[in-house]
Amino acid sequence: MLAYIGRRLMFLPVILLGATLILFLMVQQLDPYQRLALYINDPSQLKGGKAQLDRLLDKHGLNDPWFIQYGRWVGKLAGGNLGWSETAKDTVVEGFKSRFPATAELALFAFLPVIVFAIWLGVLSAVNHNKFIDQLTRMVTILGYSLPTFVLGLALLLIFYGLARQSLPPLFEGWFSPGRMSTWAQHIVNGSDFQRFTGMTTVDAALNGQWRIVWDALGHLILPVITLSYGSWASMLRVMRSSMLDTLRQDYVTTARAKGLSERVVINKHARRNALIPIATATGFLVVGLLTGVVITETIFNYPGLGSWLVQASTQLDVAAVLGLLTFVTALYIVVNLMVDIVYVLIDPRIRLT
Amino acid sequence: MNILRLLLKNPLSLMGLILLLTFTFVAVAAPWLAPPLRGGAESWIALPIFDVKPFQMPQQEIVKPFEKPRGRDVFETTPQPPSENHWLGTTEEYYDIYYGMVWGARSAFQLGVIIVAITLLMGVIVGSVAGFFGGWIDEILMRIVEIFLVFPQLIAIFVLSVILGRGMDNVMIAFITFGWTTYARYIRGEVLRVKENNYVEAAKASGASNFHMIFKHVLPNAIFPIIVVASLDIGNVVLGATALSFLGLIPEGLADWGQLIGVSRNWLLGTAGNPFEYWYTIFYPGLAISLFVLSWNLLGDAVRDVFDPRLRASRR
Repeated sequence: MLAYIGRRLMFLPVILLGATLILFLMVQQLDPYQRLALYINDPSQLKGGKAQLDRLLDKHGLNDPWFIQYGRWVGKLAGGNLGWSETAKDTVVEGFKSRFPATAELALFAFLPVIVFAIWLGVLSAVNHNKFIDQLTRMVTILGYSLPTFVLGLALLLIFYGLARQSLPPLFEGWFSPGRMSTWAQHIVNGSDFQRFTGMTTVDAALNGQWRIVWDALGHLILPVITLSYGSWASMLRVMRSSMLDTLRQDYVTTARAKGLSERVVINKHARRNALIPIATATGFLVVGLLTGVVITETIFNYPGLGSWLVQASTQLDVAAVLGLLTFVTALYIVVNLMVDIVYVLIDPRIRLT
Repeated sequence: MNILRLLLKNPLSLMGLILLLTFTFVAVAAPWLAPPLRGGAESWIALPIFDVKPFQMPQQEIVKPFEKPRGRDVFETTPQPPSENHWLGTTEEYYDIYYGMVWGARSAFQLGVIIVAITLLMGVIVGSVAGFFGGWIDEILMRIVEIFLVFPQLIAIFVLSVILGRGMDNVMIAFITFGWTTYARYIRGEVLRVKENNYVEAAKASGASNFHMIFKHVLPNAIFPIIVVASLDIGNVVLGATALSFLGLIPEGLADWGQLIGVSRNWLLGTAGNPFEYWYTIFYPGLAISLFVLSWNLLGDAVRDVFDPRLRASRR
C-alpha cells in the first residue's frame, strides 16, 4: 500500500510536467504580439512603432523557441514565481492567495449538502424502486443535469434578487445580491480592526464576533451555492441510487432479510455501507465538477473568486494567470484522484493496490 | 428494433424522442421557418463552417416567421417585447429572438453531431490501434491519453477556445482536443476483449492483414455500445458548448441559444419597478437549451436501463 502511494507520488511530477507542457503549448498558439499586449499599459510605449514592439518581444523573451520559454517558466515555477498578472494587478501568486479563499468557501458550502442529500435521497429512491418517490427523484435529477448552470443561476437571480428582494423582511436586508458581501460589510472587513484568519468571510467574521457579517455573507452565498451544487448533486444522487439498487440485489442482503432482521437494519447496516463505495470515486468527480462549475457560477454572481478570475484572465489573454490557474487546478485534480484511490482501499478491503 | 420498441413503451423516453424529433424538424426546416436575409441556405445541408451567413441573426424592422426579414436595419439597444413583427421579441442590438431560436437549433445539432462524430472517430482510431497492437505502441498512446485526462475537461476546453479565438470552428476544435481520450480508452478496452475471441485468432491464422482484421473482425464487434454512448453524449456536448457561447466565445450575432442568453444578461433584472420586464430575452433561449439537453438525457437514461439487463429484469 505504502509502496503504491510512493510510486504514485513519484509519478506525479512526471504527469504534472506533461500536463503543463500541453498547457504551455496551447498558450504558444497565441501570436507573440498578442501576448505582448499584456505588458503594454502605457500608450507612450507604442511610439517607437513596430521596432519598439520587437525590442519588447526580445526583452520579455517571447520570440525564443517554445522549449526555452517553457524551461524558463518551469524554473520560475519551481521558485514559486508564476509571474505578473495584469488582470489581478499583482503577482499571480498573490492574486491567487486573495481569491482562493472565496472559491474554497463557495465550494465547501456546496460540498457537504450535496453529499448528504445525495446519499439520503439515493437510498430512499433505491429502496422505493419504481415507486412514486423514485420516479420523482429521477425526474428531478434528469432535470438537474439538463438545466445549464447559467440558466439556473440567471433564473434564481431573477426570482430572488429581482422579485423576492422587494418584499423581504428587514432581517434579510442585502440578501441574494451578487458579490460576496454588502458594501458596508466590505468596509468593516477591509478595516484594520478586522482580523483575517482563513480569508473565508463567514469563518473570519464569526471568529471576529461580527455576526451581522456572517449573516450577510450567508445571504450572498446561498444562490451561488444552489447554482453550483444542483448539477453535481444530481449526478451524485444517480450514482448512489444505482449503487444501492445493485447492493440490494446481493445475496448477503437476502440472507440478512432471511435471518429476520428488520428492514431498517438491513438497509442501514448491511446495504447502505457497501453501497457507499462508489460514492468515494464520485467524490473525486464532485470536486472537479465544483471547480468547473465555479467558472460559470462566479461569473454570473460577480463573485470574486478563482472562476471569475479565470474567465477575466482568459478573455484578456493574461497568459501568466491562465497558466498558473490551470496548473493549480490540474495539480489539485491529480491529488484528489490519488486520495480517492487511497480512500478506496481503506473502505473496501477487497481491493488491493499493487 | 427491440430497443426502439422499449424506448417507445417508456413514457419518459417517448417524451425525449418526441422532443428530439421536434428539434430535428426545426433544425432541418430552419430555412423555411425563418428564411435568412442573405442567401446561402438554398441547400438543406448548408455547412456553417464555410458559410455562416444564414446563421447571422438579422437586425431588421420586421422579422416574421416564414418570411424574409425586411425593413431598415435597426440597432435598438434595449430589448423589445414580443410584437407582431417579432414573435418572441428582440434582444440587445435588435437581434430577433425567434430567428435565433430557429437557427440556434441547427447550430446546436451541428456542434453536437460534428464534435461527437470527430471525437469518436479519433477515439476509435487511437483506441483500436492501442488495443490491437499492444506492446509499446499501447504504452505510449495510453500515457498520452492519461495526460490528457488529467485536465478538468471543461476548463481546458474553455481556455483552449479562448486562445484559438472566437469562432464556432474553434470551439469545436477545443472540444475535440480534450474529448477524444475518453472514447479512446473505452474502445481500447472493448478491442482487448474482442481480440481474445477465437474468430480473430482464426482470421490471423488464415493470413488476414492487420488492417483487415481490425476493420472486419474486431471493430464491428466492439463498436456498437460506444456508438450508442457517444451519440447520447451530444446533449452534454451541446450543454458545454452553450456555456462557452454564453461566455462570449462565438462570433457576435451568430444564432446560438447560449449567445442569446449571453447578450441578454445585462437586461436580466429589468427596470426598478418591474424586474420581469425583459423576461422573454432569457426565458425562450433558456427553455430551448434545457429542453434540448433534457431530451437527450431522457433518451440516455432509458437506453442505459435497456443496456443493463439486471435492471430490466427487475422492472417486469
